[in-house]
Amino acid sequence: MKEVKKQGGLNAEIQSRIGHQLRAMYDDVVRQGVPDRFAELIRKLDGPEEAAAQVGGETDKNSGGE
Amino acid sequence: MPLTNQLRDDILASVPSLRAFAISLSGNGDRADDLVQETLLRAIANIDSFQPGSNLPAWLFTILRNLFRSDYRKRRREVEDAEGNYAKTLKTQPAQNAHLEFEEFRAALDKLPQDQREALILVGASGFSYEDAASICGCAVGTIKSRVNRARSKLSALLYVEGAEDFGPDDTVRAVIGGNGG
Repeated sequence: MKEVKKQGGLNAEIQSRIGHQLRAMYDDVVRQGVPDRFAELIRKLDGPEEAAAQVGGETDKNSGGE
Repeated sequence: MPLTNQLRDDILASVPSLRAFAISLSGNGDRADDLVQETLLRAIANIDSFQPGSNLPAWLFTILRNLFRSDYRKRRREVEDAEGNYAKTLKTQPAQNAHLEFEEFRAALDKLPQDQREALILVGASGFSYEDAASICGCAVGTIKSRVNRARSKLSALLYVEGAEDFGPDDTVRAVIGGNGG
C-alpha cells in the first residue's frame, strides 16, 4: 500500500521536510548555548526575594553592577 | 523548593531551549531574550511553588508561554520585522538556497494561528510529549493533537501546494528545496 494520500496533500516526504526545517530552525538557537547574561543572572541572584524585586522592573538595567 | 545550586544548574541547562522556544514564538531575537530573562526572574521568584521532582523544563516553558501571551496582547499592533530580526540571531548564516528556504519556512510559520504554532513547536521541535505540551498550554491532550495536525497541514499547504490543487509532489518539493539533488 504505498498510495500517496493526496486529499490532505500530506504526503510523508512533505511532512518529514517540515519536521526537518522546524528542528533546524530550533536547534540552531539551542546550539548557541547559554548567553553570558543569563548565566550571570542566575549565578548572582541570591534567591526568590531578589528575583521578585527585579520582575517587571524594566526601569533600569537588570544586572545592576559593572 | 529552595534555590539550590543543583536547581540553578538545571534552570541554566534549560536556557538554550527556552531561547529557541521564545524565538520560534516571537520571531524576534531581542524580544525573545527579554522574554527569557523575565521567565528566569519569575521562575526564581516563584521557586517555592515548583514541585521537586516534577518536570522543570515544562514548568519553565509554561511561564515563558504565559508571558509571551500577555506580552503579545500588549504588542499586537506593533509592526513586526520577524525575518530580518530573526536572521540576526543566527550565528551561522545558512547558504543562499538554504537561506531562502529558511525564510519561506519562517514566514509560513508566522502565518499559523498562535495556538497551532506553539503546539507544533512544543511537540515537533522542543520534543515534549503531547501530555506535557497540553499541560504547558493548559488544554486537553486531544486539543494539542488536533492543533499540531492542523499546523502541519497548513504549513504544507503554504509551503508546498499553494495554489496547486493537482500538484506532483516530487516536482513541487524539489523546486522548493532548490535543486538539492543536483
